Amino acid sequence: MKTMLMSANYAAARATVSARVEVVAAYPITPATTVPEQIALLSEDGVFKGEFIRVESEHSAMFACIGASSTGARAFTATSSNGLLYMDEGLHWAAAARLPIVISNINRSVSPSWNIHVTHDDSMSKRDTGWIQFYSASVDELYHTIIQSFKLAEDERVLLPVMVNADGFVLSHTVSTFDYLEPEEVDKFLPPYNPPHWKMDPDDPVSHGNIVFPEHYQEFRYQMHESNKNALTVFEEVEKEYKKLFGKYFGGPIDCYKCDDAEVIFTSQGTIGAEAKDAIDELREEGHKVGNARVRMVRPFPVEKIRELASKVKAFASFDRSASYGFGGPVANDIRASLYHTDYRPFVKSYIGGFGGRDITVPDIKEIVLDTVNVVESGELGPEETWHDLR
Amino acid sequence: MVNEVDINPKTRGDMPKTSYSKPTIGSMGKTGSWRTFSPEINYDECSKCRTCWLHCPEAVISQDEDGTPHIDYDYCKGCGICAQVCPKHCISMVRDLEKKEVEA
Repeated sequence: MKTMLMSANYAAARATVSARVEVVAAYPITPATTVPEQIALLSEDGVFKGEFIRVESEHSAMFACIGASSTGARAFTATSSNGLLYMDEGLHWAAAARLPIVISNINRSVSPSWNIHVTHDDSMSKRDTGWIQFYSASVDELYHTIIQSFKLAEDERVLLPVMVNADGFVLSHTVSTFDYLEPEEVDKFLPPYNPPHWKMDPDDPVSHGNIVFPEHYQEFRYQMHESNKNALTVFEEVEKEYKKLFGKYFGGPIDCYKCDDAEVIFTSQGTIGAEAKDAIDELREEGHKVGNARVRMVRPFPVEKIRELASKVKAFASFDRSASYGFGGPVANDIRASLYHTDYRPFVKSYIGGFGGRDITVPDIKEIVLDTVNVVESGELGPEETWHDLR
Repeated sequence: MVNEVDINPKTRGDMPKTSYSKPTIGSMGKTGSWRTFSPEINYDECSKCRTCWLHCPEAVISQDEDGTPHIDYDYCKGCGICAQVCPKHCISMVRDLEKKEVEA
């Protein structure tokens, strides 16, 4: 292991070297562009030893990855926003074909209005595709989560593609140190991918994605659902092994900070969760019993972990950098749904904001958490949903 | 408990994670039953040119060493391509019903 200084996108590119990715098929789109750009440069220098396929669109990028993964190759791509949405058909395809592809989605607002900065609408709208979803908060976390994602995706109990999200510009273009692992080091963690059921092989031909009649289609989808939920258990094992081998750990599906005795917990996805630690520290100094729960894994949703937190707290202040238009904050609603059939009844306040790259800083987070602290003190819920800093 | 459904019942015991198949003859059953018209080769006219064998999309036309074609009616779907491409026009498409009536 050695320390490197790079942007998150460059670190993501390095993760494909460390994980011995065999095929990268990608099409440039801001702010993800520098991921494939860096892989192309590493390929030219002979550092990246896989195939780099320059495709004509994101739709083709995903289907090239599907083809590669079908032959048993380890495949990776990166994209953003409209690019991710152009892959949509392929995203559903990859999950249902049970292909362990990993994508780094650099979160960017969906147009119109044209905006290249962060909103989580792109990936949140894809949370029902069957893909496992992570949100990362640092260069180091993005790099290591990509490596871990291959292990998770290729586990027979899971066998599903993984999307590792990073906030556009806020994280993607932020330069920071991270702990780089040489491929020889990663080898002891990540063996070559060997498809457990079938692979496209001219010497032993198969046809896959075949027609399935009403008698069985539902059962394939049910297996996908169960395998997705298995990822919670398998990821726990993956993280444990990774920590033992390399000493790196990022906090499980929900990274908790000062939650043990907290009465109000702030939840969020992505970089806001890192910023929130400073806000929590300041609020603690001011005498408030508050904590920070950064939701790293959105699919499968860590239901049990949410229930465990809910059993101890008086309120959640859930922050979503995206909206399910017509119903509100996606993660806030998942938290509420996770608790309905339990006896835990903390307030779940939903805050939505930070769209189009609007900064969410320590004062914003403090304002949100204090609003929820007031709810606990007064016993009055107030609005179920608040758009933060709405002009 | 989030979900009480038995995730590994015997009814799905050997079910793969996704649909795939290996090439076998007749994996979908005898698809010749889908046929309405049957190709019939007039062997007196046939020049053994192999054009029908080459064009058959179902690969159900086999040939003897001298090139004499034979149609496997268990799997011929009656598409009529062989009849269309035959340069000697010696393959005719006969409605199966009429054929049965003649035989009767």
